Amino acid sequence: MPVIPWNWRRVTTVTVLMSLVFLDITASSGNRETTFDVVRRTAESVFIPLTVGGGVRSVDDFDRLLRAGADKVSLNTAAIADPALLTAAGKRFGAQCVVLSVDARRCPAGTSTPSGFEVTTHGGRKGTGIDALAWAVEGVERGAGEVLLNSMDADGTTSGFDTELIERVRALVSVPLIASGGAGAPEDFPVAVRAGADAVLAASVFHFGEMSIQDAKFALEGEGFPVRRHNVPHV
Amino acid sequence: MLSSSITAAETFVPLSGALERVGARVEVTAERDRAMECDGLVVPGVGAFAACMRGIEDVGGASIIERRLAGGRAVLGICVGMQVLFSSGVEHGETTAGLDQWPGVVERLHAPVLPHMGWDTLEVGEGSVLFRGVENERFYFVHSYGVQSWEWSAQISSVQRPPLVSWGDYGGRFMAAVENGPLVATQFHPEKSGEAGSVLLRNWVQAL
Repeated sequence: MPVIPWNWRRVTTVTVLMSLVFLDITASSGNRETTFDVVRRTAESVFIPLTVGGGVRSVDDFDRLLRAGADKVSLNTAAIADPALLTAAGKRFGAQCVVLSVDARRCPAGTSTPSGFEVTTHGGRKGTGIDALAWAVEGVERGAGEVLLNSMDADGTTSGFDTELIERVRALVSVPLIASGGAGAPEDFPVAVRAGADAVLAASVFHFGEMSIQDAKFALEGEGFPVRRHNVPHV
Repeated sequence: MLSSSITAAETFVPLSGALERVGARVEVTAERDRAMECDGLVVPGVGAFAACMRGIEDVGGASIIERRLAGGRAVLGICVGMQVLFSSGVEHGETTAGLDQWPGVVERLHAPVLPHMGWDTLEVGEGSVLFRGVENERFYFVHSYGVQSWEWSAQISSVQRPPLVSWGDYGGRFMAAVENGPLVATQFHPEKSGEAGSVLLRNWVQAL
């Protein structure tokens, strides 16, 4: 499930993907209308699940994105600032479309949380002191139907997923868990799934052509994990 | 496509697009006449069973569906739109009556991780028209509830052929699709199932 940056337009090739995630990481203010428009046009032409996140602050934003055709909306900073937003969104739209995105890292020296992991904001640059594991549990209790777990320690390293983090969150939550951060090689994917992830997410390794989505799928299949194959003729 | 309200119509962007792609002309409506006279009526559903039933009742959907089926006119239920076709649904201990086109109770699945979210294969019923050409493909599911036992008995089906059921498996078997003359339903989302979903929708549209 690659994260697709906003400038991405080649919708013709996406049928081999299993799911699309749009994280508009620069859109904290930005032009919101453009966001809704891109979501709408994508939903009209791409018939796979579409998750949208970034800059979502209210139930109203949520509503507009779902109406534009998103299947799920992911909440990160806004949920930390206002956890009641998860509850309200879960109640109104159903847990299946509420994704809690958690940017977690090991507590830096001099700080601590009960689990040893803390929630960060601003792309991992700012610590919040909130226990990342307890936050994932609270988020699910409040109404999130899926947890997108981003390891800020592993992110960008291409040295593999943070399996300790995945295992510990898996032990605590019983909703689908998507692991993100650290993928560098096809064989990293089955490792994350074995650690307890229901799905794996990678971005830059696909964008820069270092590895194809097919490579990742073959690696998962080789270890006996079922993946979707693309062998249906075009309609 | 039957919409419980005009505002809800906007949530069906992907479904409209997917149907148009396979050659259908799509109109989203809550108007009885329009819903009665179209070649095929799609009943999509999201959210809770009880809320979906309320939405259907608000637009007189039960009698629209009943009348269409009596006249042999096609109806396709998707996701919760499939679930409401059964006798009842149990959510959070509360039982809500369904449209009762098929016997069966919609209950929470018995799996450690819910919702059941993702691409899965099915055990497609023999002779399926809906799955023609895509019998071994994966389809996209998002649900926590389903019908896990089929209560169709010889007594009530003495004159009818039993519906053709395709099963899914997630913490146990559940009904993933039913083909029953003019009444067809899928628990998964064909409009989110890529090319396989398009083939399935095309199969449905072409049979209209």
